[in-house]
Amino acid sequence: MSEVPISWFLTLSAVIFALGVAGFLFRRNIITVFMSIELMLNAVNLTFVTFSYQLKQVNGHLFTFFVMVVAAAEAAVGLAIILTIFKNRSTLHIDDIDSMKN
Amino acid sequence: MNAFIIISLIKALVVAFVLLTAVAYLQWVERKVIAHIQVRMGPYRVGPHGLLQPLADVIKLITEEDLVPPYVNKPLYLFAPFLAVCMALLSIAVIPFGPTINVAGYSTWMQLTDLNIGVLYILAASSMGVYGIALAGWASNNKYALLGGLRSSAQMISYELPMALAIASPLLLSNTLSLRELVGKQAGGILHWNLLPQIVAFFIFLIAAFAETNRVPFDLPEAENELVAGFHVEYSSMKFASFFMAEYLNMVTVSAMGTLLFLGGWDAPWSPQYGANLIPSIIFAISGLTALYHAGHPARKMDKYTFPAFGILFLIVAGVFLLPIVQSWLLPLFWFCAKTGAILFAFIWVRGTLPRFRYDQLMAFAWKFLFPVAMLNLLVTSFLVAWFS
Amino acid sequence: MDVILFLVFAIIAVVSAVNVVVQTHPISSAISLIGVMGSLAVLYLLLGAEFIAAAQVIVYAGAVMVLFIFVILLLNAGAETKGGRSFMVQLLGVPLLIALLGLLAFFVQRFFPRGTMVHFGGFTGGTAQAVGRALFTTYLLPFEVTSLLILIAILGAVVLARKEID
Repeated sequence: MSEVPISWFLTLSAVIFALGVAGFLFRRNIITVFMSIELMLNAVNLTFVTFSYQLKQVNGHLFTFFVMVVAAAEAAVGLAIILTIFKNRSTLHIDDIDSMKN
Repeated sequence: MNAFIIISLIKALVVAFVLLTAVAYLQWVERKVIAHIQVRMGPYRVGPHGLLQPLADVIKLITEEDLVPPYVNKPLYLFAPFLAVCMALLSIAVIPFGPTINVAGYSTWMQLTDLNIGVLYILAASSMGVYGIALAGWASNNKYALLGGLRSSAQMISYELPMALAIASPLLLSNTLSLRELVGKQAGGILHWNLLPQIVAFFIFLIAAFAETNRVPFDLPEAENELVAGFHVEYSSMKFASFFMAEYLNMVTVSAMGTLLFLGGWDAPWSPQYGANLIPSIIFAISGLTALYHAGHPARKMDKYTFPAFGILFLIVAGVFLLPIVQSWLLPLFWFCAKTGAILFAFIWVRGTLPRFRYDQLMAFAWKFLFPVAMLNLLVTSFLVAWFS
Repeated sequence: MDVILFLVFAIIAVVSAVNVVVQTHPISSAISLIGVMGSLAVLYLLLGAEFIAAAQVIVYAGAVMVLFIFVILLLNAGAETKGGRSFMVQLLGVPLLIALLGLLAFFVQRFFPRGTMVHFGGFTGGTAQAVGRALFTTYLLPFEVTSLLILIAILGAVVLARKEID
């Protein structure tokens, strides 16, 4: 019993992804929403690596690598946008950034 | 399996104990060297030539009042120095100090564990060490600490890039990420080390190492006279000591990395058939004889007893290096410690000599000079490796 | 042994992920996210993905999260105030979430019942050599495109965060 069924990894990944979605939908602070997006990306990475183990190929690792690179680039630009929003509106609450509403 | 666990435990305890003692005495060496650069004496009274000064410092730091200011973020305040020391100690786990050692029938590597991604592991541990400083700066609820913490983390992550590129260049030559194989591929004397082909990368690595460990000339975040001691201003006694221990441990780690990547690890500079095995004995014998000579007419009263004692001690050590039974592991260990010690001496020497950079000069130097030069070095190295193979 | 490792780090990952979503102050969420990434790195090691595990710690936990913590420290964002949610939402929110997670876990288990068993050392193709070879032969075009993407991201971040010169 020193082996882990592969479905456990997929379950863990689904649970973390669902928690990321929950954070993304329910939180009102921009930075926490952004961190929930990173949580979702991490869950997807785990799925890629798990299937790479099952199929015994290294291509899943490559996909994970690219997801990490894209997440890093997105974090850089997203945080710069958050800084600009804070500079202009002095708030990090999503509901207060509604000047384009009718 | 059982023997493996016991041997690993013993090795871990030995390495931890030796390392922590070495860090304490590294501080003694630093104070003495900087003192002599500044033409003064350094610690002198506590024990012969201040040798018990680290012990006195430890006792003082332990018995100092452990003040936790009431307005700090307590969990983070208590966690940050622990994180700093943890990451600094973790990175020592993969550093090889020598080849195999045979004790009582058991043969084991002089290394806690050899990962086949050893270099990446050390980079990862030093990346996580940034958090100790950033969180300490924030948890202290103090604007000077916050500024110091932010500047220090920005500096550390900016200089991680040239350091990683400077590490990647000798890896192209040695073709492996495991630290033990890295030393193995540089065997054969000074002409086989990665120093001569990669001299630019060596200097980039050293400069980035100065910045990674927050040492002069890049120590603005913890400048004593400019930022009110920076990110550790609200820390006292053992937590303050933890930050210092973490800094010295990081120094030891990057010096060991420099030795393994560029200076050939535990390899002697020329082969033993030309007498490289006698060098440690010669060095210690000369030191012992000098001490004995100066014992003849000592300048101060206490030296009448300490100089002969040190002289005889050094001569005994010189004799130990000649015993063939310990030569298989003691000589490579000596060379490794000598090279790491040389880089550490360079750290201390630079601290006593150079003023510190202003923060914008520091960041401009990293992004506008060091990073392009490191990239260029990597490009040229990869072209040459592809051309000649 | 592998089961114990998986259970310990999976529980740490799930608890930290819940913490990310639940905590009011952004910095506690950020530290919990670092905990998630660290435990996922250990799970990658269990799956034989050693290069990806090291890259996860170096890039994700060691650089991206430092960026997050920077922004949180710079903006000095305080704890989030409790939003005005109706009583029904507060009552049903957590139980429905747990029901959703349970359903997800059940369906995943049903679709992959007796798949492969994971043990440490089962997949040895995740070394840096293997990843590098695949990266520079099969995936060369995505590699070059992502380097261009990083360049665009750097330019965007520099332009957005620049001080206006009046």
